[in-house]
Amino acid sequence: MIPRPRPERFRLRRTMMFMNAQKPGLIKDAYIYGCDSIMLDLEDAVAENQKDAARFSLYHALKTIDYGDTEVIVRINGLDTPHWQEDIRVCVAGGADGIRIAKCESAKDVLTVEAAVEKAEEEFGVEKGRTLLMAALESPKGILNAYEICAASSRMFGVAISGGDFRKCMQTTPQRDGIDMVTARGLMLIAARAAGVQCFDTVFTNLDDNEGFEAEVRQNKAMGFDGKSLINPKQIRLVHQLFAPTEKEVIQAEKIVRAVRENAAKGLGVFTVDGKMIDIAFLPGAERTLRLARACGMYEGDLV
Amino acid sequence: MEIKKPAMAGTLESSDAQVTVEPGNGKIELSLESSVMNQYGRQIKDTVLETLDRLGVTSARVTMVDKGALDCTIKARVECAVFRSCDASESNIPWGGAIK
Repeated sequence: MIPRPRPERFRLRRTMMFMNAQKPGLIKDAYIYGCDSIMLDLEDAVAENQKDAARFSLYHALKTIDYGDTEVIVRINGLDTPHWQEDIRVCVAGGADGIRIAKCESAKDVLTVEAAVEKAEEEFGVEKGRTLLMAALESPKGILNAYEICAASSRMFGVAISGGDFRKCMQTTPQRDGIDMVTARGLMLIAARAAGVQCFDTVFTNLDDNEGFEAEVRQNKAMGFDGKSLINPKQIRLVHQLFAPTEKEVIQAEKIVRAVRENAAKGLGVFTVDGKMIDIAFLPGAERTLRLARACGMYEGDLV
Repeated sequence: MEIKKPAMAGTLESSDAQVTVEPGNGKIELSLESSVMNQYGRQIKDTVLETLDRLGVTSARVTMVDKGALDCTIKARVECAVFRSCDASESNIPWGGAIK
């Protein structure tokens, strides 16, 4: 039995890799790829007549395999299926870090899942509030209700858009420049930031199109996403590379954090660093850069 | 649990095991085929028998074709086959109780 530490609501989640929970060959060593989170899938990857088998397999994987620092999230079946309640029981009993709610469309969906999670925590003697939640927005309605979804529960750590279903609803297909989903991504990002939760982009499914993948990851970073869902381990490295701060950004962030702290001690609120005006408003961003740099192995100082 | 009808779980993919359970004649009859029989045959057999014992199965014919599954996978497949044979695999599974 591998006891997993209490999940952290806000941690680094640049890469969340999907894995079919029904396939032992995949889930037994998923942690070696170095993604920040793995997403064990009980939903679309598992055939309708294997949902039961996937849960047995998931339970023992959660209890037996040491995933180390890799976060373990489980994608459960939609609330319109007969499977989601048992999915939640097995996630909580097995000690998954979090649950991804598929096809989430309203705060009510989040609360329905939360109530079932709480009941399961009681049933299995798991600390109340331990199991985190995130929501996948897969429909126009989900995107329009993004804020109420993000703010529905203190267990919520983030939202992700699910491109396949969303594009179908919108009668579009993936475009080179991302125009097909730019509005939806933007609305979801604004909602997530307003509610103070993280925001993740959809999967890129054409594994042979490296250029297209890189362009999309660059756009994700430029738009302010925290991370991306992935379908293959070979996609992990590029995301980590592109999401890493540059050396210049790390040095700048270090200077800002030092300067804000030193000047605050002197009673100064606004000052310049390398000719740029800096005040307390720059501190959270600079600290975030340093935390990210530390996670990427680029910073070993003690400012964060 | 009583094996009421034949049931199967698992696949023949690498790292998996396919388990079939059928009603028995008052004892456990295990037939095992494994790609790692020489190295792990005894351990695999023990895992299957322990799992059946934990589920209170005392009479069954069990066939397993192992493709190098870890213990946790073997347990999961045996349990699923037994619960399927009782039509009880879909809900209210005793996670952490009989399943552990």
